[in-house]
Amino acid sequence: MRLRLVPEQTNIDFFRFARVTFGVSVAAMILSIAAWLLIGLNFGIDFRGGTTIRTEAVQPVDVGAYRTAVEALNLGQVSISEVFDPSFDDDQNVAMIRIEAQEGQESATGEVIEAVEAALLEVEPSIKFTSVESVGPKVSGELIQTAILAVLAAMGAILVYIWLRFEWQFAVGAIAALIHDVILTIGIFSILQIRFDLATIAALLTIVGYSINDTVVIFDRLRENLRKYKTTPLQEVMNLTTNETLSRTLMTSGTTLLALIALLILGGDVIRGFIFAITWGIVVGTYSSVYVAKNVVLMLGVKRDWSKPDGGAGTRFGNVDA
Amino acid sequence: MLQIPAWKRILILGVCLAGLVFAFPNAFYSRVEQHNDAVAEIEAMGSTPERLIAVESWPSFLPSTLVNLGLDLRGGAHLLAEVHVEDVYADRMDGYWPEVRDALVGIRDQVGFVERLDSAPEGTLQVRIQNAEAMPAALDALRELARPVATLTGVGARDIQVAGQGSVITVELTPEEKPAPDHPTPQPALEIIRRRVDEVGTREPTIQRQGENRILIQVPGIGSAAELKALIGTTARLTFHPVVSASAAPNDAPGAGNILVQDLENEDQYYIVESTAVLSGEDLVDAQPTFDQNGQPAVSFRFNPSGARVFGQYTSENVGALFATILDDRVITAPQIREPITGGSGQITGNFTVESSTQLAVLLRAGALPAELTFLEERTIGPELGQDSIEAGRIACIVAFVAVLVFMALAYGTFGLFANMALLLNVGLMFGILSAIGATLTLPGIAGIVLTIGMAVDANVLVFERIREELRTAKGPSRAIELGYERALSAIIDANITTFITATILFALGSGPVRGFAVTLGIGILTSVFTAIFVTRLFIVMWFERKRPRTIEV
Repeated sequence: MRLRLVPEQTNIDFFRFARVTFGVSVAAMILSIAAWLLIGLNFGIDFRGGTTIRTEAVQPVDVGAYRTAVEALNLGQVSISEVFDPSFDDDQNVAMIRIEAQEGQESATGEVIEAVEAALLEVEPSIKFTSVESVGPKVSGELIQTAILAVLAAMGAILVYIWLRFEWQFAVGAIAALIHDVILTIGIFSILQIRFDLATIAALLTIVGYSINDTVVIFDRLRENLRKYKTTPLQEVMNLTTNETLSRTLMTSGTTLLALIALLILGGDVIRGFIFAITWGIVVGTYSSVYVAKNVVLMLGVKRDWSKPDGGAGTRFGNVDA
Repeated sequence: MLQIPAWKRILILGVCLAGLVFAFPNAFYSRVEQHNDAVAEIEAMGSTPERLIAVESWPSFLPSTLVNLGLDLRGGAHLLAEVHVEDVYADRMDGYWPEVRDALVGIRDQVGFVERLDSAPEGTLQVRIQNAEAMPAALDALRELARPVATLTGVGARDIQVAGQGSVITVELTPEEKPAPDHPTPQPALEIIRRRVDEVGTREPTIQRQGENRILIQVPGIGSAAELKALIGTTARLTFHPVVSASAAPNDAPGAGNILVQDLENEDQYYIVESTAVLSGEDLVDAQPTFDQNGQPAVSFRFNPSGARVFGQYTSENVGALFATILDDRVITAPQIREPITGGSGQITGNFTVESSTQLAVLLRAGALPAELTFLEERTIGPELGQDSIEAGRIACIVAFVAVLVFMALAYGTFGLFANMALLLNVGLMFGILSAIGATLTLPGIAGIVLTIGMAVDANVLVFERIREELRTAKGPSRAIELGYERALSAIIDANITTFITATILFALGSGPVRGFAVTLGIGILTSVFTAIFVTRLFIVMWFERKRPRTIEV
């Protein structure tokens, strides 16, 4: 008896609702971009400069008292929030305090931190400062640039690789799927106002890596089938391909999601935003490799005659033996 | 047919074994760490019975390299400092002034009087000569001062360039000299910071140059970034200047070639001193906290031979004059030279406490920073938070692992068990490689491992699904297995290369924790491909050879 996520043989027509799925994807992307532009992202100090202080106290967190103490220092906008996590002990009361970058200061603000710590110690003598991070506006500006560059560079490199290994239509399809995934992830971060920082960029790149992984596996089989069924319409070959690889797609997403859900619940609050981004990206990425990447290739059309003497690029690794 | 030559089998198993051996010490992290610390201490400070016991706690024939834990797991402080290179350029130009003056004095009959302009733009040296028509001769004389610099591109590049306009000569550093990739500026700063932070040599700080003029300082186990900043301290630039006037007002014009300096203790007291120092802290070979004849804390120092010679000569020529000791642009003391000091040693007295004299001595011994630092980024992570993160990460890893193992066994039966064995080996290999290359494990790095656990089965899933399909077309089991591996290979390679590309980009552009994630992700891809196409296959082939089943179910 085997655990099967999908029946042995499936014959789903993935293009039956092509218009609907395409519409949903486009609408979700527009919604994400709108949220991004209208609500904006909740940038962490990595990208905006400023200071975050994580406090831990035996007494329950009194956000009001903390706020009064810190605001007395006139540091501009201060946000204070209590943090909850199932892994905390009963006497572990954690809060995050965020102070914006101080006007006219290029560098991190050591004096400000000391003043805030002193003020909080008066309110709550048992308080401990488990992590204090401060980033100057100069660095944060550069970090944004590097982050954007990293995402673009990753996409560019993948575009070139797929183009070399397959055909340009495949590369365009794969990149369309990637842009879809990245925009949807930015959208959910904007709508839920999850903190967007350097770790989120790492998550975005992981999503890019995972999603392309998924897409390439389907493309690889598509290329093989295109050689086998030279006269079958492209749409049918694509359907066959997706059905053949469906079991694998769901198995891999399943195991990865299992691992990620364990981290999401048990991994602690410090990396929850990061893990959430990856989890979301895997769901979206699996969807996009089934419904976005191929559809774009179908729209662009593709070379049907793969029977060149060299057998195409796909067999290049074919005779590697263990 | 399913055949793997014996040498290949031995090689595959050998690699697995080596990986596990290297990963092994991490299972006994604290014990091995004690052992390693004790070995280092014995080397540095000699052995004691306790240290010997600590060394004994881990057998020496086993490898003792561990995965380094990043700051976010271990607690500590992180600073990103910017070195103000403009200061250095200005300093170097100051250093050129005596040479420039001497060169022009040598051709005084042509150029006439020479005067340094204080209005020169920052980082340049401007000199006015009396006879503008002697400019070509003056420029020639000054060009001789330029020293060649070694660069990758420019042959014959010089360190300074000289230009004349009217009667004004401008001397400045050449573009080749300024941003040369191996430009000395942050380099000594790096060394000096290391000496200040880690005088004893046991803190294991990470001090790296970043970009052109930045320095990243990470010190595990230190209480806070503020504490670290105090250790790095001030610039500690010590210079000795002839005093022009000891009773100046804050807005007095110091006059050409002079500067106005405030007193360290008495804020109302100002001195006018010559801007070119006779000697600087660079000429010191030693500095120690001590007490002066009145029993007040002081710092004694000794010059190197050339410094001692200059000091002796200057003091014998200027008996009776005032001589200012300036630390970071404040006058500490400005005593009268009573007699020539030829021994090459001296004492800085001032209003010191025992602590401040000790700190100054440390700073002077480590050497002055060539320029001022500002801190662009500072992060402190408490050790408790790090411990919590490790704990959470460990539990999440175990749960994720068990879930994936059960899932695979349910989905693929016997073959799933092979994949599970390979998965266990995979994590072992990852830790082995991480330890062997001395990589740093961060919190996102742990996430990378968990993600790899999820994704590592992918290559196996690809193969198994393919074998299932090949079985459907009613080939024999051995043929199906062979074809399954053969046909899944191109998908495995393509899929993993693209993921590896993103890991590489993450590594190249990321910093700190993000880089830690890229490292585990990249290593995870390598090990998972290895285990899937070699190890699992070997297991399956060995099982197949023993059982010789007529039919298989995947």
